[in-house]
Amino acid sequence: MDNITGQEFIYAMSAIGAGIAMIAGVGPGIGQGYAAGQAAAAVGRNPGAKSDITSTMLLGQAVAETTGLYGLAVAIILMFVKPFK
Amino acid sequence: MENGILYAGYMSSMCAASTNAGSDSEDFSFMIKLLKEFKIGGTTLNITSTHICLLIVTITLLVVSVIVNRIVKKANASDTPGTIQNIAEMVVEMLNNMVYSSMGKETKRFVNYISTLFIFVLFCNISGLFGLRAPTADYGVTLPLGVITFVMIHYCGIKKNKMKHFSDMCKPVLLTPINVIGELAVPISLSLRLFGNIMSGTVLMGLIYMLPRYVTVGIPAVAHVYFDIFSGCIQAYVISMLTMVYITDKIGD
Repeated sequence: MDNITGQEFIYAMSAIGAGIAMIAGVGPGIGQGYAAGQAAAAVGRNPGAKSDITSTMLLGQAVAETTGLYGLAVAIILMFVKPFK
Repeated sequence: MENGILYAGYMSSMCAASTNAGSDSEDFSFMIKLLKEFKIGGTTLNITSTHICLLIVTITLLVVSVIVNRIVKKANASDTPGTIQNIAEMVVEMLNNMVYSSMGKETKRFVNYISTLFIFVLFCNISGLFGLRAPTADYGVTLPLGVITFVMIHYCGIKKNKMKHFSDMCKPVLLTPINVIGELAVPISLSLRLFGNIMSGTVLMGLIYMLPRYVTVGIPAVAHVYFDIFSGCIQAYVISMLTMVYITDKIGD
């Protein structure tokens, strides 16, 4: 442990933190999959409304994606901007 | 140290890594490059690759619109429309239908702005395919788009509902702070969604191009189709659709 400087330790911890931040991707994945499944069921019931259902699904998925993107922003900042020096 | 925190708060300065220090700044291809630095008074103005790419996209759009304008003006009603006129009519009709489907009778007021937003964001997102660094992968480009939407939402709301626009915000009196925060979160989530999607695509493309030479034969093509074309089209659609939804929410009956 003697040959690790404080700076290197901070970078290593930042990388681990970025990895942990990306766990936020689990939630949007579940949400988007659920929305897509429901949309598929809706198209099966009513094929005539396919275009309406598709646009609604895309809008809902984009909103559900937001929380995952917050995690991504944190991870990118930790990895590349290096706020802790 | 204080520089780092400042830059973390303002994500457009992903270029920060290449400007300061220099000791630990590996130059990744997906980072914003600093091209020129001006010192005016005490402030520094940075010309980055975002500005250049934005200029290229804008000039492309201008040239296309001037050509289309010339052709459409010259066209006679009795002539057979040419290729460019056909494509232009198709695009305009598609955008009109898209706006009409969610704004209804208010279409005429907003169709110009929404169409401009859609085409601009679409061209910005796709520019990654042509070797540029997508301008929308810079938070300084997407935040103004969110702020424009924010101003439009409240301008239309105040114009339509007068003071009721503000009294609506404190409907259950206890929830007033939450409603205000919810209103302020609109531009941030709108811009961060576009930025995050395009940024993640840009970073992943950069990482794929950093792989050993013999791996990067066919893989980048597939990744470009997903990250630039598919994701770019979806995000352009989503940001214009959400702008319309937020505005319709305020001016609706």
